[in-house]
Amino acid sequence: MEYLVASAIGLMTATGVYLILRRRTFPVVLGLTFLSHAVNLFIFSSGRLKMAAPPIVGRVAEPSDPLPQALVLTAIVISFGMTAVIVLMAVGARFGTGDDRVAPEREAP
Amino acid sequence: MNHWIIAPVVLPAVLGAATVLAGSLSHSPSLHRTWPRAITLLGSLALLGVALLLLAQASAGPPQVYRLGDWPAPFGIVLVLDRLSALMLVLTAILGVIGLMQVIATGADRRGAHFHALWLFQLMGLNGAFLTGDAFNLFVFFEVMLIASYGLMVHGAGGERLRAGLHYVAVNLVGSSLFLIALAMVYGVTGTLNMADLAVKVPALPEGDFALIRVAAVLMVMVFALKGALVPLQFWLPGTYAHAPGVVAALFAVLTKVGVYAAIRAGTLMFPAEAPAIGPILTDLLWPAALVTLLLGAAAVPGARTLARLAAFAAMSSTGLAFVAVAGFAAEGLTAGLYYVIHSTLASALLFLIADLCILRGAERLDGSTPRLPGRLAVLFFASAIASAGLPPLSGFLGKLLILEAGIDEAALLYPVVLGGSFLLVVGFARAGSALFWRAGGELAPPLPARTYLAPAALVLLMAALTIWAGPVTGWLAETAAAVTDPAAYITANALETLP
Repeated sequence: MEYLVASAIGLMTATGVYLILRRRTFPVVLGLTFLSHAVNLFIFSSGRLKMAAPPIVGRVAEPSDPLPQALVLTAIVISFGMTAVIVLMAVGARFGTGDDRVAPEREAP
Repeated sequence: MNHWIIAPVVLPAVLGAATVLAGSLSHSPSLHRTWPRAITLLGSLALLGVALLLLAQASAGPPQVYRLGDWPAPFGIVLVLDRLSALMLVLTAILGVIGLMQVIATGADRRGAHFHALWLFQLMGLNGAFLTGDAFNLFVFFEVMLIASYGLMVHGAGGERLRAGLHYVAVNLVGSSLFLIALAMVYGVTGTLNMADLAVKVPALPEGDFALIRVAAVLMVMVFALKGALVPLQFWLPGTYAHAPGVVAALFAVLTKVGVYAAIRAGTLMFPAEAPAIGPILTDLLWPAALVTLLLGAAAVPGARTLARLAAFAAMSSTGLAFVAVAGFAAEGLTAGLYYVIHSTLASALLFLIADLCILRGAERLDGSTPRLPGRLAVLFFASAIASAGLPPLSGFLGKLLILEAGIDEAALLYPVVLGGSFLLVVGFARAGSALFWRAGGELAPPLPARTYLAPAALVLLMAALTIWAGPVTGWLAETAAAVTDPAAYITANALETLP
């Protein structure tokens, strides 16, 4: 399980970083989404990985830590909102300037 | 519990929603514009009042804690009011009032919808970031602050400015991801995210956890350095600040200082150098980066082709100097650094406001092709150049002097960089001033209404006051720095409870 989660986080981070470095806005937005998913999984794993352990004290001998789950929830909500903002801005820039490149034309220093 | 502590967060949140309601409920076009302005103005003044009250309370006694939902720390989220957070609250509130004066005077809020709501949410995020005593809550308030700043930066814009905004958003989203990774590592190692609890637990970590907590600390400070635009994370700043509306860029002057504030909290409270797990790594990384930032920003000022970019590079250089002063996390450097933070926030705001006024009159490029500008603007530009370059008689000079004095041990490297940077700034401002006001050969631009000079004049007066009362201010700041470097009172105020 540790190998599965760790390699999933690593793969998604690598994909995200690669896509963020692309020239068009659509891959960049996708890359940011990948990165935020990787981060969510990482936060989840910071409470230690346990199978079949509800985050409720008293049900099982060793309940899982509820705090990372709450943190993940907050992080998901925030990254979802941010993705919505960046998609809107990307669409606005696409129709305002006529292309969806991330870098503007070379401008004066 | 002292309920005033949460007022700087709740008040703008409620009023921000109220401006949207008031704007859409009133049918006549004039009321449609007046109501949001009135609400925001009253709200900003009320925020200033609350901030001053909190400042008085914080300087009279020990740090105070506000438990959200009355959950005891470290299980619940707390807001902590100490001298440092009260100082930053007052600075933000002052900038909020002055910025809003200029927004109303120049009509910057009429270029698009919901300017005032975004403005108030921006203040809410800033205030929350300064007050919170919980590292994850700091992340949340960073996001509140950033999402409002995205809206403000592209307010009333399309096309090219949206694309410049896209950079800013993408960079900050990556920064947020790094922040979350750092928080998850901190939680995984220590089991807490309360700053005071971290201050207790990080020094007591076993040796096996040193590497993990050190990586987490460096990642977190890297995010703060990104907010403060330290080299090599500075590339987003010039484009963002130069493309943002002038009044918004003036408010953003305090946004980079959030990075300085958070770095102070990290270096003194959460990850102090005295903890064997951390060591001097934060200082070793921040100090050289800050020196390079200072020099790079200053070197770009003489080469800037537009006034807005010049102001952005000057702001970058001044944030670099503030980081140089605080990077040692020692009381003397913090005193000097905080004095310089106050000054440089006011000075950067002033420069952005003046750049905005010049651009309103068609003088943007610094190549002598612009219309001639009114004389009063020249006087204000002169004052702001003196302030930003750090020449006497304004407070920038005293700030630099204090920083040089505090850094006497590092004189061989510090003095040439700071003085050389100041020289480059003087050259840059002299060049810009002569291009704008002497070489400009076009028609005389129509005069600006007198009300647009009020906010810049107020900033100049504030800096003059900061110079005249430099003695009492530095005395107060020295006590603040002493309190920050000895977090025992901060930890006691949190009344940390442990699991039974």
